[in-house]
Amino acid sequence: MLQGNNLACVRGDRRLFKSINFTLEAGELMQVNGPNGSGKTSLLRMLCGLSNPAVGEIFWNGAAIRSLGGEYYQEMTYIGHLSGTKDDLTALENLRISSALGGVKITDKHARDVLVYMGLGGREFLPAKVLSQGQRRRVALARLLVCKTKLWILDEPLAALDVSAVKLIQKLIEQHLKQGGMVVMTTHQEIDVTAASTVQLQLA
Amino acid sequence: MFFWIVQRDLLLAIRRRSDVLTTLFFFIIVVSLFPLSVGPEMNMLRMMAPGIVWVAALLASMLSLGRLFANDFLDGTLEQMLLSPQSLSILILGKALAHWLVTGVPLVMMAPVLGLQYDLPADALFVLTVSLLLGTPVLSLIGAIGAALTLGLRGGGVLVSLLVLPLYIPVLIFGAGAVEANMAGIEYDAHLSLLGAFLLVSVVFAPWAAAASLKVSME
Repeated sequence: MLQGNNLACVRGDRRLFKSINFTLEAGELMQVNGPNGSGKTSLLRMLCGLSNPAVGEIFWNGAAIRSLGGEYYQEMTYIGHLSGTKDDLTALENLRISSALGGVKITDKHARDVLVYMGLGGREFLPAKVLSQGQRRRVALARLLVCKTKLWILDEPLAALDVSAVKLIQKLIEQHLKQGGMVVMTTHQEIDVTAASTVQLQLA
Repeated sequence: MFFWIVQRDLLLAIRRRSDVLTTLFFFIIVVSLFPLSVGPEMNMLRMMAPGIVWVAALLASMLSLGRLFANDFLDGTLEQMLLSPQSLSILILGKALAHWLVTGVPLVMMAPVLGLQYDLPADALFVLTVSLLLGTPVLSLIGAIGAALTLGLRGGGVLVSLLVLPLYIPVLIFGAGAVEANMAGIEYDAHLSLLGAFLLVSVVFAPWAAAASLKVSME
């Protein structure tokens, strides 16, 4: 269970949001909405523990995330604006290294299967710098399939993806929710995901 | 995990050889400029050699510090490292080791050859190499703290030298001191032991300090 308690975010002397409260249970999807600059990414970075809220506290299964550290990161995967792929490494190396960072060591075979599933068959051995923006995004999102974490925090996961990839990601999210996972995401696109229940969080 | 990071950084260095070679050539050129500019006065060159080689090693190692975290920061890999269930200090220790293998070890290997330009006797060359072998990893480790603190700042390159160079001074003193002591015919073990002590202390504390600085820089 992920819980936000009276969260506020301050950037410089501007307050982006205040008094944000939410509770996210297993199998639920939380969609964070709001115009550009309303603090969606800031909120997501807080939920990962990359920054601390100015006011309030975030709880994972009842314990504050800043006291959990590594334990929390074992159950959480964050995919942000930056894809975290290295230009000089191949798609395969990128996936293997990023999943190792997430605490899961996978074999070459497994990594290749996952990349093929993500629609990157035949591109496994190309360096990421020759891949398109959307293909890099697919490499980054492939990590979701490898690291079997409970909570996914996705910042604009559908940006730069084509129609078939958007469908694929929506399917992944649906499956994940069905298996009792949780997803927090922002998107400006219409998404079509059937979830047991969806929490809509509106930032001004 | 530690070895994964080392392996990854070495792989990246192999794919970008030019970065590695610039550091090495910088070191070679700086060390070679002095005999050319000062003139072939053997006694003076011998006296200056340890200091010059060591200062050149400090500058060369600093030259590459900017790359230690900057690339990972720009492409988002650093975020993932912070969110890894692995301890961040271990990851940083791995990155510092890779940095040393890529920038420090070539310097250590080149040093005896460059020392010949200064007419250093064989045992002085040996002490010089050993002192660099013990001292250069300390430079990478302390440098990691500076690189973490100045991450994402404008003009970070200049700032990192202001932060890190004063901290390099003890290493410089005892590193160059060991060679001078050897040439003066006195025991140099104490100098090397102190360098070893610096190394042990920085292996323990530098990754931890760099991890704390990274968390601050990434907020």
